[in-house]
Amino acid sequence: MQNNTEQSENATAYKSEVRNLNFYYGEFNALKNIDMVLHDKKITALIGPSGCGKSTFLRCFNRMHDLYSGNRYEGEIILHPDDVNILAANVDPIEVRMRISMVFQKPNPFPKSIYENVAYGLRVRGIRQRAILDEKVESALRNSALWDEVKDRLHDLAFNLSGGQQQRLCIARALATDPEILLFDEPTSALDPIATASIEELITDLKSKVTILIVTHNMQQAARVSDYTAYMYLGELIEFNVTDTIFIKPKNKQTEDYITGRFG
Amino acid sequence: MANESQSKISHPGKLGYSFRRNLNERFIEAFLFLSAALSIAIMLAIVAMLAKESVVFFQHVSLWDFLTDTQWTPLFDDAHYGILPLISGTVVSSLIALSVALPLGTIIAIYLSEFAPFTVREFAKPFLELLGGVPTVVYGYFALLFVTPLLQIIFPELPGFNLLSAGLVMGIMIIPYVSSMTEDAMRAVPMNLREGSYAMGATRFQTAIRVVMPAAFSGIAAAYILGISRAVGETMVVAIAAGMQPNLTWNPMEPAATITAYIVQVSLGDLPHGSIGYQTIFAAGLTLLLITLVFNIIGHMLRKRYREIY
Repeated sequence: MQNNTEQSENATAYKSEVRNLNFYYGEFNALKNIDMVLHDKKITALIGPSGCGKSTFLRCFNRMHDLYSGNRYEGEIILHPDDVNILAANVDPIEVRMRISMVFQKPNPFPKSIYENVAYGLRVRGIRQRAILDEKVESALRNSALWDEVKDRLHDLAFNLSGGQQQRLCIARALATDPEILLFDEPTSALDPIATASIEELITDLKSKVTILIVTHNMQQAARVSDYTAYMYLGELIEFNVTDTIFIKPKNKQTEDYITGRFG
Repeated sequence: MANESQSKISHPGKLGYSFRRNLNERFIEAFLFLSAALSIAIMLAIVAMLAKESVVFFQHVSLWDFLTDTQWTPLFDDAHYGILPLISGTVVSSLIALSVALPLGTIIAIYLSEFAPFTVREFAKPFLELLGGVPTVVYGYFALLFVTPLLQIIFPELPGFNLLSAGLVMGIMIIPYVSSMTEDAMRAVPMNLREGSYAMGATRFQTAIRVVMPAAFSGIAAAYILGISRAVGETMVVAIAAGMQPNLTWNPMEPAATITAYIVQVSLGDLPHGSIGYQTIFAAGLTLLLITLVFNIIGHMLRKRYREIY
């Protein structure tokens, strides 16, 4: 585990720092004393067996747990460059979600046209000018490698797209508002291998623009796309390091067992 | 294997059809079919009865007169058989009722489905359903003896029987139907769609209006159509509170009769069966059936066009 005191000097390289994070579903302590960092404009993967808390951890970053009663955070997630703890009581989760977007496990386009799906985040921010919307929608769709496929049917219902296209649409939706961090919660688990490959390629391309945190069940995927990898088990962060180190020379026996498939 | 089960299920050495199981299944299937067929048969019988009696009516009165005459006085010496006054009464009272029931029902549904804490919802839902369980005759007297005097404070010239009061109370009566079905439709929208909206920084209200309601559109349309059918077909409130005078008017401040109120009036009266006056109720009933049928068809089309696609 890294030592936080020495990190403050090169804090600019960090987009976010997690300090002693605990999370409770009611009485259940789902995340235990997690310390981690998100490197700016890098991809960090969260891996671990089912129920280890990786999705729970991811959903702390956009305060998704606030939607349900009985959930409680302890500790800090510092967002740089503001140096604000986004878990603090005086931080509005809506403001957090405006800056930290999320793509879900199952594609969840809204019952609207392709255009309106991408424009959604802008519309809820009160942006109405057609020129801005048009420009943002087009650039988001280009960045999610969907523009060429949908440019002639922007006003068709989004449900008519294939599963992989729907997921790329959800990525475009998340990108349209220029988020600082993009959260992916197992974004390819509902997709076929070809759609998965295109999403992975897209995620790799996006790292030049945005800091990415991705939860994945698929270790090959973590190895392929991420720069840093965190292995979690039973709500604890067991090991966090550069992806190559985690996969080639893990320091922890548990991590090694999981990665080599002896466990999990 | 750690603990092997003690008792073994034996499989007798045959794989052919079991006569008994087969017979049972056929019996059950026939029973279910008959139950379904019975409801259709009753519906057809009602239509056939209305059509047959209406034919007798239309042998005396031309369809043209029925549809264009502006007076409905079948029981007078100078008999006129124009359905328009009854339709105007029905339309006005229904419009008033719907202008109360649809907005309020929708607002209540949005609150209960998207905003209300669990305890409030658990308390409010049965209470609303209780509102739907009050006998309509009680609503009728509520309109006549409570709402009308109240309205007369604001509009002193309002007659004792009027469409406004009947329509308003009918609207209150329909609220639970609209809100309950609308809420069910909204709650059936999967959570991952809502989370997608919240994750984009949307508020609860934005999520409810922009994502949940469009996703639940077909269910909400069905709720509205049911509300319309209830309003058009409602009898007791209008019979009691709106007066039973057929009156071609679009003014809610006047007394008037609806199709249903007229049918009650004649059915309860002492007109001899088979007289042309008696025959009128079948023509009126058929008209009512056709109106509700149109709404049901519209509802069906809306549901097919916008079925839940999340």
